[in-house]
Amino acid sequence: MSRMNIRISGLGGQGAVTAAHLLAMAANNDKKFSISNPFFGAEKRGAPAESYCRIGSERIYDRGELVFPDVIMVFHPQVITMQKSYTAPFYSGVKENGLVIINTSADLLSDEDHKILEDLNVAVLNHDATKLALEVGKTELSTNMAMIGACMGVTNIVSLKAMEVALQDRFGKKYVASGGTATLDEAIKKKYAKKEQLLKANMDTIIKGHEIGKEWAKTKDLQLVEV
Amino acid sequence: MNKQVDLKNKRIIASNHVALGTKNKKGQTYSDINDIFYNSEQTPNFLTGSEVIREAVKRASVGTSVAYPITPQSEAAALIGELYAEGYVDEYFRGESEFAVMGQCAGAAFGGHRVMTTTAGPGTLRAMENFPMWAGSRLPIEVVVTCRGINSPLSIQPDTLEMYYLLETGMMVWHAETAQDLYDFILKGFIVAEQPDVHIPIAVCCDGFFVTHTKDTVDLSPVEKCLTPYDPYKAPVPCMDMETVPIRMMRDPFVMKSNYISYATHASWQQEVKAAMERSRKHTIPLLDGLIDEENTDREILIIGSGTAVSQSREAIRLLEEEGVKVGLIKIKTIRPFPTEEIREATKNAKHIFVPEFNVAGWLAREVKAILPNNERVYVGPHVAGGMTMPSEVIVEQIKKHLGMKTVPMVAR
Repeated sequence: MSRMNIRISGLGGQGAVTAAHLLAMAANNDKKFSISNPFFGAEKRGAPAESYCRIGSERIYDRGELVFPDVIMVFHPQVITMQKSYTAPFYSGVKENGLVIINTSADLLSDEDHKILEDLNVAVLNHDATKLALEVGKTELSTNMAMIGACMGVTNIVSLKAMEVALQDRFGKKYVASGGTATLDEAIKKKYAKKEQLLKANMDTIIKGHEIGKEWAKTKDLQLVEV
Repeated sequence: MNKQVDLKNKRIIASNHVALGTKNKKGQTYSDINDIFYNSEQTPNFLTGSEVIREAVKRASVGTSVAYPITPQSEAAALIGELYAEGYVDEYFRGESEFAVMGQCAGAAFGGHRVMTTTAGPGTLRAMENFPMWAGSRLPIEVVVTCRGINSPLSIQPDTLEMYYLLETGMMVWHAETAQDLYDFILKGFIVAEQPDVHIPIAVCCDGFFVTHTKDTVDLSPVEKCLTPYDPYKAPVPCMDMETVPIRMMRDPFVMKSNYISYATHASWQQEVKAAMERSRKHTIPLLDGLIDEENTDREILIIGSGTAVSQSREAIRLLEEEGVKVGLIKIKTIRPFPTEEIREATKNAKHIFVPEFNVAGWLAREVKAILPNNERVYVGPHVAGGMTMPSEVIVEQIKKHLGMKTVPMVAR
């Protein structure tokens, strides 16, 4: 039985929930077992929002807040700098040999944080996902794609092909979501003349993030869980 | 009349509705529940619980659905609206509040429609007066309750306290563990609720977010097959309005008074609702394959749960197994009627019984304690409340602690 637990901490509107759903959908396409769920309050854009994705070799029952993650993705620096996360510190509960991917251009961790994570053999990737999203996707709304890509590149948890199918499922068809999500879906669709362009821009961002993650992983002696 | 059929050694009530085998305006074939679930290929889909509610309603030949938004059922209610726009639901509109919605549901059910709605948490409590009214009026309405916190401080996360309030409404109360259960229970719930010898409302409950907003694999029956419509002529009582016997609410003054006749009326009627609930067992058992599921109940340590507490327990049992602690599991599918005999039998050999719950009251532990001999065996907990997650590690820790085993506190990890 193997399982990878992924915890995503971000701000409302960044697509943390969509990211977890996409990873789970892709894992499902790859014939792995997966389950994803969001965790947030009755809040709005900019408030803390978390999502969780569990991927495994056997049927997964576990759901709800992910207390002991293997992988933590931080979608926004404020998760760390302003404590906009549901756990303090944001890496609380991280498992040995785990991985932390932070969307940042600068090191946001204190010496103490580094020490704790090093003792647990947790690798930290500072990944400027918003910059990548602006460069490739031409919108910061693609930040989640840049993060997913990096996670995939480092962990190989799902294949690019499976992710492309998941993207098609999520953005290619009619999708009914709650008010806020529907508004953001509309916003990002308006940025592109055609749906195909939106899908391509997202996939390109994922592929670029994937390359960055893969290259970085080569420089590290990672002992991550494999599913 | 319904007839019983033999299928895979099960006895399941089959439909002989006049529309059976014909097509509806969407081209779906009105089918028997056996045909839908047991004689058709079930296809795996990766969906959220809200989408699963849509898929079930799409196949349920619903006459009327009334909506009012409240997290976490808003998406499901909106998706049912989509079905109305597509022509799968005959009537759909938005009520002014949950109280209004449930009253409007009653009206539509009195009028002879198959009626379903969805609500959650504070909405369930706001609507509460209507639930015993539905039961007393013998309206087989289905309400999907996506449980969330009801108390202040506010929470939109899953908490099953509202189910406690539903226990004595006279409604059947089923509790889905997964999106798969939710799909099955929604469709099968109509069948049981509408039996002439049952004919009472049903609350199909699930834990909000952990089921509604969670993407999971669900086997769906073919979309080309839908339930046969509700047949109002199978109602065991006449439409109970102000004018019609047996209970002319306002016309017959005795009902409203505190005298022997009013007592007798109420006592007999309320007992009849309870008896109808009892009669639902024989229909539910074949359809749900029993009121409980058992796994290794010969073991000395057992967990009894319902809803996603069962899912978390499954993970906890796996973790305990790795440490050599063997634990059995009883999953309760129907809270009303309560599987009293089944649980007594399954717990015969148990020395320690744990009841993990997502609410502060521990109502399931009370229910279990009330029916078991030697109920000091029952450990009330672990509990979480207010929408907290119950990590499987917490269940493991509490079980080990109670058994006097060494534990590593959660905070030290």
